[in-house]
Amino acid sequence: MSTPVQLTTRKDWVSDQEVRWCPGCGDYSILAAVQMLMPELNVNREDTVFVSGIGCAARFPYYMNTYGVHTIHGRAPAIATGLAVSRPDLHVVVISGDGDALSIGGNHLIHALRRNVNITILLFNNRIYGLTKGQYSPTSERGKVTKSTPAGSLEAPFDPVSVALGAEATFVARTHDMDRAHMQETIRRAWAHEGAALVEIYQNCNVFNDGAFTDITSRTSRDDMLIDLHHGEPIRFGAQKQFGVFRHLDGSVYTDTITLDNEASMVVHDESAPDPSGAFALSRLTRSDHEPTPVGVFRNVQRPEYGDLLNGQIVDSQERDGLGDLAALFRGNGSWTVSA
Amino acid sequence: MTQPPSPLSSVVLRFAGDSGDGMQLTGERFTTESAVFGNDLATLPDFPAEIRAPAGTLGGVSAFQVQISDHDITSAGDTPDVLIAMNPAGLRANVAQLERGATIIVNVDAFDERALAKAGYLENPLADGSLSAFSVFEVPMTSLTTAASEEVGVKPRDAERSKNFFALGLVCWLYSRPIENITAWIDKRFAKNDLVRQANYRAFRAGYDFGETSEAFAVRYEIAPAPFAPGEYANITGNTALAWGLVAIAQRSNLPLFLGSYPITPASDILHELSKHKRFGVRTFQAEDEIAAAASAIGAAYAGSLAVTTTSGPGLDLKSEAIGLAVALELPMIIVDVQRGGPSTGLPTKVEQTDLLHALYGRHGESPVPVLAPATPGDCFDTAIEAARIAVKYRTPVIVLSDAYLANGTEPWPIPDPLSIDPIDPDFASGPNATDAEGNPAFWPYLRNPETLARPWAVPGVAGLEHRIGGLEKADKTGAVAYDGKNHEVMTHLRADKVAGVVADIPDVVVDDPSGAARLLVVTWGGTYGPVAAGVRRARARSVNVAHVHLRHLNPLPANLGEILSSYSTVISPELNLGQLASVLRSRYLVDVKTVSKVQGAPFRAAEIDAAIEEYR
Repeated sequence: MSTPVQLTTRKDWVSDQEVRWCPGCGDYSILAAVQMLMPELNVNREDTVFVSGIGCAARFPYYMNTYGVHTIHGRAPAIATGLAVSRPDLHVVVISGDGDALSIGGNHLIHALRRNVNITILLFNNRIYGLTKGQYSPTSERGKVTKSTPAGSLEAPFDPVSVALGAEATFVARTHDMDRAHMQETIRRAWAHEGAALVEIYQNCNVFNDGAFTDITSRTSRDDMLIDLHHGEPIRFGAQKQFGVFRHLDGSVYTDTITLDNEASMVVHDESAPDPSGAFALSRLTRSDHEPTPVGVFRNVQRPEYGDLLNGQIVDSQERDGLGDLAALFRGNGSWTVSA
Repeated sequence: MTQPPSPLSSVVLRFAGDSGDGMQLTGERFTTESAVFGNDLATLPDFPAEIRAPAGTLGGVSAFQVQISDHDITSAGDTPDVLIAMNPAGLRANVAQLERGATIIVNVDAFDERALAKAGYLENPLADGSLSAFSVFEVPMTSLTTAASEEVGVKPRDAERSKNFFALGLVCWLYSRPIENITAWIDKRFAKNDLVRQANYRAFRAGYDFGETSEAFAVRYEIAPAPFAPGEYANITGNTALAWGLVAIAQRSNLPLFLGSYPITPASDILHELSKHKRFGVRTFQAEDEIAAAASAIGAAYAGSLAVTTTSGPGLDLKSEAIGLAVALELPMIIVDVQRGGPSTGLPTKVEQTDLLHALYGRHGESPVPVLAPATPGDCFDTAIEAARIAVKYRTPVIVLSDAYLANGTEPWPIPDPLSIDPIDPDFASGPNATDAEGNPAFWPYLRNPETLARPWAVPGVAGLEHRIGGLEKADKTGAVAYDGKNHEVMTHLRADKVAGVVADIPDVVVDDPSGAARLLVVTWGGTYGPVAAGVRRARARSVNVAHVHLRHLNPLPANLGEILSSYSTVISPELNLGQLASVLRSRYLVDVKTVSKVQGAPFRAAEIDAAIEEYR
């Protein structure tokens, strides 16, 4: 557990299981990015646990040569909570999807974030149910025609980043499966965060929702459509960095071409702002997959971690009152003696 | 009055009043004093689901029944010998249970027109002769209480709230209880508010002195201590005993105890109790829902903890999927279901035994789990320990079926020597257990112990044991994901055989058949043990030969049970359901087990069992 960290290469992190995602699935590039990143994270394989729920993404743990548990639909954050608080020495990663994390498991997700449990949550968002063959998900756009919505989906979608910020998560970020370096940098920062970290990863499902993010993540459109957030810097984007993000009086934000007149009023990204409202406004900037979309770290603040607090109460109690004594416990509510 | 107290062998008291009147506190205190005095006893708290139901109504009546005796007893008694009614509703809700000749002590101050109407009385029962079969004592408890505490400056409205202490004092006098412990307890309990402390103390004294001086009561009684084996005892509820059993076995085994739970009546007190024991390293996690509570326990089990989740019926529904996962993962875990009346929200504070079939079969797929049920409040301690032993040894979730009667009821409990509790060896996997195709050491998470069929418990943090498990079917031995039908059949049988094999650790049941000549067998399980045993004794007192066998193990069933069942000409199964155990026994042993059913949210009465024995003998 406290053994020195071994030097490893990518192949040390690859399990002997045959990877069974559909050819061309975005999950492959995420898996490769993580397996290549792991040797750089200063951690031993045996101290790393991947926990997943149900869905295509949930097969991920089988492919990592670490400890891993593939559990039940939506419950991975709850299982990971029991694991993480019991074993603060471990690095616990939750792998989830948009249906798993935001539909059946929405309750567990928000409470794990609210408690600030020391887990890293990678939420693969492909805006569709893949494993059940193509029904709309809680992140599908309104009007989406799927097998279960032949006349179009009636529901307003969740934005995972907005949901996480609403739960006052301490670390919230977004990246996408078309940019390995960006994925790795984002996950690296999430890994380093103490407390709950949520990373939404736009992931293409080439079978049931192909091209969902093409308008923003393709190499040709990326420069103008992805707004890469950098802490402490004015938020600007575009091939010539000609666009910027500005704030309305009501706090909401919008994009515009930068001019001499407005340049000074560009929003400066502050991921460490104690109040999540600014980050939330950024998460509401985009209402479709065809508009400029922020990626990177929205929020990164420090708050006491749940497991630390829970285990701290135990240590405090033991230091104050001494270790538990069963003989005293059994007499604690009063006792009497019957003599021979 | 200096007349010596008359000896009594036992008495059943029932305190009844509004749910805000402090009836539970009063009953518990009287019980504790009787326990310390050395009586055997059993209690039956009976309270509404609402925290403060409309005052003065039948629905708001909270009652506490206790039987104390100078000999070994097994239940809180059928019908009260003495009813202490703090208001008309308390009287009306309980008077039908009384037998001719019973004593009723009423707080006469509470019998005004408004209160009578609220309780649904058209006439005052104290005046209309309807209570002529009983000895009725009308005591102005409210006014005497107010008078006693006004001297210390308590406002009359507040003073009135101490009237339960007046009742306690009176009953303590009537049954010759020593009062030093109670007064010391009052001092301690209300130390933070001196005015309340004084008011309660004065009310208690006023009640005691009223008995002594008023001459209203011609006789005072005494119940001698019961013959207990020498040793130290504590009065304990089932929920406390269960919590302490978990703490004890975790501590003795050097395993961290983890509880994932969501508040639910009547199981919450286990969460409350375990939350106090941080000194023992107990981690308690109040989850966002029942599902997360069970799921967090699975995570903790995977981490190497003794993992527990506690709930009641509706929560067991929600935990079913997680229990199924624990069956597939083959991880040790304890699920405690404190049964209450169902379906749905049902009767949240009342007893029932209606979750047996759910515990045995309530999961999709072939999903066997061991099931245990404690017999008495004190037995909850031993059952928790046994559940932990089975869970860890066989790497399986184990369900413990307690119930609302055991959870809140108490009995004297012989305090065990902690060192007498054998530790569990978790036998964590420490190194590779196989060789892969290339001849390298490998770890196969589903390579089983040939004797127990248990798989290794390999907790994260050990290099070389990295492995993946999950809800998908696993290949025998290697644990790789496997969809092959033949393998699934092998695994399904292995899981079933493993749980069936727990029978090796289960003692044969012993039939209680003192005459040796009984042709009728009464079979019970779980919390009905005490009340049914009392009924069986009653039948025997009438010279009826009847045998009794009690089951603590519901899955697997004890090895000798089939032989026992078939050796009696008639078998009856009294259950607080519509015949769940009977259905299990019939299908397993092809024995024509008759059901004696009761689903009234209350335990059996000895008289009901006696009548059933009479019917079937």
